[in-house]
Amino acid sequence: MDGWSALADPTRRTILELVAVHPRHVQELADRLPVSRPAVSQHLKLLKEAGLVVDQAVGTRRLYRANPAGLAALRAQLDRFWGQTLINLKQQAEAEDQ
Amino acid sequence: MSADTVDTSVRTEITLEVPLERAFRVFTERFDHIKPPEHNMLAVDIAQSVFEPQVGGRIYDRGVDGSECQWGRVLTYDPPTRLVFSWDISPRWQIETDLARSSEVQVRFIAEGERRTRVELEHRHLDRHGEGWQGLAAGVRGDQGWPLYLQRLAEVSR
Repeated sequence: MDGWSALADPTRRTILELVAVHPRHVQELADRLPVSRPAVSQHLKLLKEAGLVVDQAVGTRRLYRANPAGLAALRAQLDRFWGQTLINLKQQAEAEDQ
Repeated sequence: MSADTVDTSVRTEITLEVPLERAFRVFTERFDHIKPPEHNMLAVDIAQSVFEPQVGGRIYDRGVDGSECQWGRVLTYDPPTRLVFSWDISPRWQIETDLARSSEVQVRFIAEGERRTRVELEHRHLDRHGEGWQGLAAGVRGDQGWPLYLQRLAEVSR
């Protein structure tokens, strides 16, 4: 899942904003959100796969924080979006000759 | 941050082996086939993306259930050389209702030959999105946040 898709979900956007303020563990996020702890874990898993958060073991718990490199990549996707748009344009326009 | 020191645009270009008029026409008339479909703010799949070819025209996605999501407005329509439209999408990938916080996309079509056209696209004034971008970045990196990301974005875009 890419960054844009990962952030299509409002709960995941809220989670990312919360961990961007400071690192938090799963229970802390679940306490602040109207979703269950397993649901929070699932959202964190997707955010992690998208490169938007990273986790770190602290004692017996895992702390999640926003990944600055991942956020930069998210912005880079705007560039990819338009790059793909122009490639599609080229294919469509040149195909009219066929 | 200052617009003087930070590049607030994303730019990309491509050369098409077709005449100028066709490049422009395909962009506007076949927008549905051009816009990458995976970027969807509707709750359902997109049936069609529509670009209304006139100043004030709407740019929107229509879902398979008939629901619509308008995410842009045509600001300049100068066939066959130039288009400008707004990007009414917040950094949170939601519709931006405060239009003062929209960025804009300019597409220029430049004839390089009878059957060759260069298309230059610039997504500019990204800083107008304001706190949405800034806030998220600032939370991560303090005062380095937003300008740093813009710079990285510009670097990646080169």
